[in-house]
Amino acid sequence: MLSRMHILICGGKECLSSHSKELRDEFNRVLNELNLLDEVRLVMAGCFGLCNQGPIVVMTPGETFYSHVTVEDIREICEEHVVKGNIVSRLLIKDPIDKKKIKNYSQLKFYDRQRRIALRNCGQINPADINEYIARDGYLALGKVLSSMTPASVVAEMKKSGLRGRGGAGFSTGQKWEFATRSVDDVKYVICNADEGDPGAFMDRSVLEGDPHSVLEAMAICGYAIGSHQGYIYVRAEYPIAVERLNNAIKQARELHLLGNNIFSSGFGFEIELRLGAGAFVCGEETALMASIEGNRGMPRLKPPFPAVKGLWGHPTNVNNVETFANVPAIFLKGADWFKAIGTEKSSGTKVFALGGKIANTGLVEIPMGTTLREVIFDIGGGIPNRRKFKAVQTGGPSGGCITEKALDTPIDFDSLVAMGSMMGSGGMIVMDEDNCMVDVARFYLDFTVDESCGKCTPCREGTRRMLDILNKICAGNGTLEDLDLLESIANMVKDSSLCALGQTAPNPVLSTLTHFRDEYIAHVVDKVCPAGVCPNLTNYTITDKCIGCTKCALNCPVSAISGTVKQKHVIDLTKCIRCGACKKACPVNAITSKPLPKEENR
Amino acid sequence: MSVKINITEEKIAKLFEVMESNKRKPGPLMPTLHEAQKIFGCIPIEIQKIIAKELNESIAKINGVVTFYGNFSLEPKGETIINVCLGTACYVRGSQGVLDTFADELHLKPGETSEDGKFTLQSTRCIGACGLAPIFTVNETVYGNSSVSKAKEVLAKLR
Repeated sequence: MLSRMHILICGGKECLSSHSKELRDEFNRVLNELNLLDEVRLVMAGCFGLCNQGPIVVMTPGETFYSHVTVEDIREICEEHVVKGNIVSRLLIKDPIDKKKIKNYSQLKFYDRQRRIALRNCGQINPADINEYIARDGYLALGKVLSSMTPASVVAEMKKSGLRGRGGAGFSTGQKWEFATRSVDDVKYVICNADEGDPGAFMDRSVLEGDPHSVLEAMAICGYAIGSHQGYIYVRAEYPIAVERLNNAIKQARELHLLGNNIFSSGFGFEIELRLGAGAFVCGEETALMASIEGNRGMPRLKPPFPAVKGLWGHPTNVNNVETFANVPAIFLKGADWFKAIGTEKSSGTKVFALGGKIANTGLVEIPMGTTLREVIFDIGGGIPNRRKFKAVQTGGPSGGCITEKALDTPIDFDSLVAMGSMMGSGGMIVMDEDNCMVDVARFYLDFTVDESCGKCTPCREGTRRMLDILNKICAGNGTLEDLDLLESIANMVKDSSLCALGQTAPNPVLSTLTHFRDEYIAHVVDKVCPAGVCPNLTNYTITDKCIGCTKCALNCPVSAISGTVKQKHVIDLTKCIRCGACKKACPVNAITSKPLPKEENR
Repeated sequence: MSVKINITEEKIAKLFEVMESNKRKPGPLMPTLHEAQKIFGCIPIEIQKIIAKELNESIAKINGVVTFYGNFSLEPKGETIINVCLGTACYVRGSQGVLDTFADELHLKPGETSEDGKFTLQSTRCIGACGLAPIFTVNETVYGNSSVSKAKEVLAKLR
């Protein structure tokens, strides 16, 4: 039945956490009361990408974009907007860039420079309903492939498109498919790597939650191309909503015979099964992932033989990541030439980035390759909040490196990021400002890799641990200049001699901060100060005379180290203080400073 | 640790049921362990022995797999599980302070369960809700844009 109006409520994880389900229930209740349920359709859609504006509600037609909607606002939206057609202007989203209230979705500057291919359906359709996917040309690409293309021409089209793996390494997807095609075996597998483990990356989660069918369709196309009839999606157990929507999508696709035997009466059959990860970062590495599906400890093995030759249970296997697959149906619908025309010469298409950290608009953005980091961070991301100064942007998670102000105008693609000592990774982009200590950031990533190293090869298992020891020593104020040399030499050793990509890239955060922020390291080891005021042993917090006695700092102090009465200047007891910085963050008038310790007071 | 593991006949019957259906597909171990973790709240050695026998694997192999993955635990967890995200986006926005607050208030180190079995405090890997950083979760509920005072507030309600 047709409805005169659609109300799209964001059902992405962030908005759900901000109670978007309660909004739906309230909409249902009020619309029912107004007897409008027949005319208006409520849709729990996927992520709109503006995660810190949630919960988001979009009304179509008109594409009115409401942000920070609460249960109390629903009645007004229904009575004013739905019944009378009046826009509730107080709820209109403020453009995060020029702070003007925006009526129409498409006027948002946030979307201006974006080009949504992988995220084409996120926020546009109800991911729980296969018919909405089909209405936006879903499964048309699969139909076209099965009815009019040979497996060889599918592979050729993929190669022509220039699509490169979005999981991090950027290997040509068409070539990967071609390798799997060449292996002769009755049994082959297609695996979708949805073990998105990089801290700060959530683009794959958004695709799975907002448009699960695009992945299923692409896996079936890949199966046809390489001669496989069984696919597995290896998804993190930390993504329960994605798991639920994938299970539902698989069931619906089977019911409509878009999965199963004899799809589109072509004689080709394909099944997909879900397998859950269990909290091991290394399982994002393809050989470790396969070991995990097989029921083993998720440890990587040496390549070659590559999975395309000897993969899951010894059979040829093609592994691609979620975002890579999400691009595939669009490529077959619009053609490889269309895709190739987007982006840069060697990196065609777009890339989804998860913007996080010290940035005004946290959320998901999809931009053509070749966009500069400056455009992403300042034009789309809205720059650094609280008038702080940009320091660095970290891409590629624990495998990537920090990029400084100097390199912000470099067009982003796979090769340019590697040239800058970082990497694309899966697409996490964490922005850091002057309050972040780069030595501490390197230590943070090492702490993560030490935890996640599987222990199979010595360079990674022991090397990362020794690097962390040195970084801890430096952060504690006990480092020496010799430690920096040792750190660098271990980092290079681990990089050159580790078995898998986890170990080979683990030193990147250390090496890139050593290159770009050596002065901060030197400040830590020679002057014994932490310039950013982060490392506890090298910093002191003090409350200045600006204090208005609002008590917020005392309330936020986790160790009750702050005393003082209302409207009087507060004092920090430095013997109790754990230097967590919570007070500084809570202070409304910037009265708390974390000045580096004066030299004589050190240690 | 005084939390008792509750292994009832009924739960074991459920485990056998799960293994029976998993055995029919290739790679039955991981799905079985996920279910076992759900049924018993942990996978102690007694349960590992049952799984080893039923799936015809050595106990060494099962134990090796259980201890490899962060989501499987050998000991039961508290009724209320508090997870503070230490993913990068949360960390640079101060989630360490939030974790310290919980640790301090509950007198627990990350990874520990309280004597009375009420609370387990954990730090977690990125849960992908970076737009709301810093975040923490209490069982299934996600608290975004959190702060030390929000942590205290939530904890007061839980007690």
